[in-house]
Amino acid sequence: MTLSAAVVALLAGVVVWVLLATRLTARPWETPGSPEDVPAGLAPGVPPAKIGLAFLLGVITSLFGLFLSAYWMRMEHAHGDWQPLNVPRLLWLNTATLILSSALMQWALVAARRARAGRMRVAWIAAGVLAFAFLAGQLVAWHQLQELGYFVASSPASAFFYLLTGAHGLHLLGGLIVWGKTVVRMVQPDVEVIDLCLSVELCTVYWHYLLLVWLVLFAVLLST
Amino acid sequence: MAYVAIADRDHALHDPQTFVTKYIWSQDHKVIAIQYAITAIGIGLVALVMSVLMRLQLGFPHAFSLIAPHNYYQFITMHGMIMVIYLLTALFLGGFGNYLIPLMCGARDMVFPYMNMVSYWVYLVAVLVLVAAFFVPGGPTGAGWTLYPPQAVLPGTPGASWGIIFMLLSLAIFIVAFTMGGLNYVTTVLQARCRGMTLMRMPLSVWGIFMATVLGLLAFPALLVSAVMMTLDSLLGTSFFLPAVVSMGQPPTHNGGSPLLFQHLFWFFGHPEVYIVALPAFGIVSDLLSTHARRHIFGYRMMVWAILAIGCLSFVVWAHHMYVSGMNPYFGFFFATTTLIIAVPTAIKVYNWVLTLWRGDIHLTVPMLFAIAFIFTFVNGGLTGLFLGNVTVDVPLSATYFVVAHFHMVMGVSPILVVFGAIYHWYPKITGRMLNDTLGKLHFWVTFVGTYAIYLPMHYLGILGVPRRYYANAGTNFIPPSAQWVNAAITISALFVAAAQMVFLFNLIWSLKHGKEAGGNPWRATSLEWQTPDTPPKHGNWGAKLPVVYRWAYDYSVPGAKEDFIPQNQPPDALTPAGRAHGTAR
Repeated sequence: MTLSAAVVALLAGVVVWVLLATRLTARPWETPGSPEDVPAGLAPGVPPAKIGLAFLLGVITSLFGLFLSAYWMRMEHAHGDWQPLNVPRLLWLNTATLILSSALMQWALVAARRARAGRMRVAWIAAGVLAFAFLAGQLVAWHQLQELGYFVASSPASAFFYLLTGAHGLHLLGGLIVWGKTVVRMVQPDVEVIDLCLSVELCTVYWHYLLLVWLVLFAVLLST
Repeated sequence: MAYVAIADRDHALHDPQTFVTKYIWSQDHKVIAIQYAITAIGIGLVALVMSVLMRLQLGFPHAFSLIAPHNYYQFITMHGMIMVIYLLTALFLGGFGNYLIPLMCGARDMVFPYMNMVSYWVYLVAVLVLVAAFFVPGGPTGAGWTLYPPQAVLPGTPGASWGIIFMLLSLAIFIVAFTMGGLNYVTTVLQARCRGMTLMRMPLSVWGIFMATVLGLLAFPALLVSAVMMTLDSLLGTSFFLPAVVSMGQPPTHNGGSPLLFQHLFWFFGHPEVYIVALPAFGIVSDLLSTHARRHIFGYRMMVWAILAIGCLSFVVWAHHMYVSGMNPYFGFFFATTTLIIAVPTAIKVYNWVLTLWRGDIHLTVPMLFAIAFIFTFVNGGLTGLFLGNVTVDVPLSATYFVVAHFHMVMGVSPILVVFGAIYHWYPKITGRMLNDTLGKLHFWVTFVGTYAIYLPMHYLGILGVPRRYYANAGTNFIPPSAQWVNAAITISALFVAAAQMVFLFNLIWSLKHGKEAGGNPWRATSLEWQTPDTPPKHGNWGAKLPVVYRWAYDYSVPGAKEDFIPQNQPPDALTPAGRAHGTAR
C-alpha cells in the first residue's frame, strides 16, 4: 500500500509540476490582454492522442502498482500459508520474445519516420507476431504450472501468478487490437507512411511500456 | 497554431445526418452529456425509492411486511453504491463534465468524440448489469456499499452467490467507461482550449471537474483490483481476501486471506471518491456564487491551488475510514494528522466562498439559494468530519448514526444541492427555456429544511449510540424509547423531501415546453458557454469561428464598465456594450 501511495503521489506530483510550470501563478484578473502572447494548450503542437496515451499509461501504472502492493501485503499478512512458487523456466524465453517484439516495434517506428514503407511493414508485422508468440508462451507456462498441480486456488502465490500474468496479457491483447487495425491500414495501397506515423509511434510507446511492466512483474515473481 | 489545428479542423466535426446519429449514437458532447444525466437521474430515482423504503422500516418497524431483513440490507447496499458511483460520479463528470468542459474552454467538442460516445454506452451497460442484479436468484448483494469480505461472499449475506458477482462486474464495466470518458476530459482541458484561454483563466467549474477526473483515473484502478480479486475469491476459490472461516458449520473453503487488504484497497479508492464527488461541486458552486452575487470569486488563485492540494492530499487519508479495522494503531495517528491537514485547503475554500458574498449584490435566485445552502451544509458536514477524523472520538462513534449523518451531510446532501443549483443555472442554456421559479423555490425550501430535519437528529441518535445498518432496534437498554419517535419524525421528513423531488422532475419536464424563453445569457454571466451564437448551442458550438478569450471568467461589477459583467471574449479595446452574444472577436 505504501508503494502504491508513493506511485500515485509521484504521478500526481508530476501532473502538478507540469501544471505549475505553465504559470499557475499568473494573476488572471490583472491581464485582460491580447491572447497572442499566451499559449493555450499545455504542450502546443502535441497531438491530443499522445496526451491521452500518457494519461492512460498513468492509469495502468496505478493499476499494476496496486496489484503489486496487494501482492506484498498479502505476503505480509499471510499466516504461514505463503509458499513461494517456482516460476516456470519458459518465462525467460517469453521475456526474450517480448524484448525482441519491442525492439522490432522501435525499428518499425524508425523506418516509418524515414518513410521506408516496406521495412516498416515487415518490422511491424514481425513485432505483432512475436507479441502473439509471447502470449502463447504465457499460456503454455500456465499449462505447465497446472500439470505440476498449481491451480489458481492452490496457493496465494499461484493465484497471484495467474492474476498478474493474466492482467498483463490482457493489456498486451488490447495493444494487439490497435496493432491489427494499423496493419489493416498499412496494407491498403492508398495510405501513405506519414499517415501511419502517429499510430506507429503510440503503439511503440505502449509496447515499450508493457515490456517495462512485464520486466518489473517478472523480477517480483522471481524474487519472491 | 496547434490548438487551432486541433479545434478548427473540419473533419473533426463529424456532422450528424440522421435522427439516430444525432440523438442516439451521437458523438456530440452535449448530447452525450444529456444521455449521461438522464441515465444517472433515472438510476438515482431507484436509489431514492430504496431510501424511502429503508426509512419506512426504521420509522415504523414491522409495519411493512414487504420489507424483510434481507431486503433492508439489499436496499442499504444498492442505495449507497448507486448514489455514490452511478449517480453522483456519473452526473458530475459524465453529465456536467461533458457539457461544460468544451463550452467553457471554447472547444468545438471533446478531443476523442468517438471514445466519448463509447464511454456513455459502456456506462449504460454497467447500469443495466446493476439493475439486472435485482432479478438474479437471491437478489442483489446486501453486503453494504463497502462490500467488505468475508461476509460479502459467504452464505448468509443476501446475494452472496449471484448478486455480488453482478455488483463487481457492473463496477468493473463502470470503471472502463469512466476511464474512456476521463481520458477525454483531461486531454480536452489540456489541449483543446481556445486562443487566450490560459489555465488560470478557466472557470473554477472546469478546474474542479479536471482535478476530480485526474483523481478518478488514479483511484478507480484500486476498486478494479479489489473487484477482480474478490470475483476470483468468489468464483474460483482463491484466498486473496477470505480467511479460514467456518461458515454455516461447513469446514473452511478458504485459508489465510486478508480482509484488511480489501479494506485498504477499497478505501484507497473510496476516499479519493469523496473528492471525485466534492471537487466538481466545489468548482461549480464557486461559479454559481460569483455569477449570482455579481462579484468576482474571492481569491481565485487560492481556489485553484486548494483544488490541487485537496486532490493530492486525498490520496493519503484513506485509512481514517479504518480506525476500528484492527490495523496497526500507529497508522491511526498518521491518518488523523493528514485528515486534519486536508481540512486546511478545504477551509480556505469555504472562507473564499463566504468572502465572495461579502459586499456582493446577492440575487436570491434558485441556483443561488442552492449554492448558499451548500455552504451551510458543507460546513456542517465538514465539522463533524473533524470529530470523526480523530481516533479517540471516532472509536466510540464508529458504526453509529453519527457517521451516517456526517457522510450524508458532507458528500450526499452537499453535492446534490450543487447538482440542483447547477441544473437550475444551466437548464436555460441546455434547453433554451427557464425552469419555473415558484416550483424551484418550493423544491429548494422543502429539500433544504427537510434534509436538516432528517440529518440533524441523526447526529443525536449517533451520540446515543444507535447503531447503523440495523434492521430494527430492540433489547438495548442504552437507547431510550424516545429514539423511536425521532426515527419516525426523520421518516416523515424523508417522505416530504422525496415528494419534493417529484416537483423538481415535473418542473424539468414541464418547463421543456412551457418554460419562459431564456435568451442566450439570462444570468448575464461572463463565462464562454453563455456567449455561444445559438441557444441551445448547435453542433460544433461556435458557428464559423472559435471564440478568443481576453480575460478571466469573473469580471463582474468592474468599475467603469458599462454593464456589471464583461464576457470573457470581450476585447479590451472595443468598449462596445457588453453582452453581445457573438462568439467571435471583432
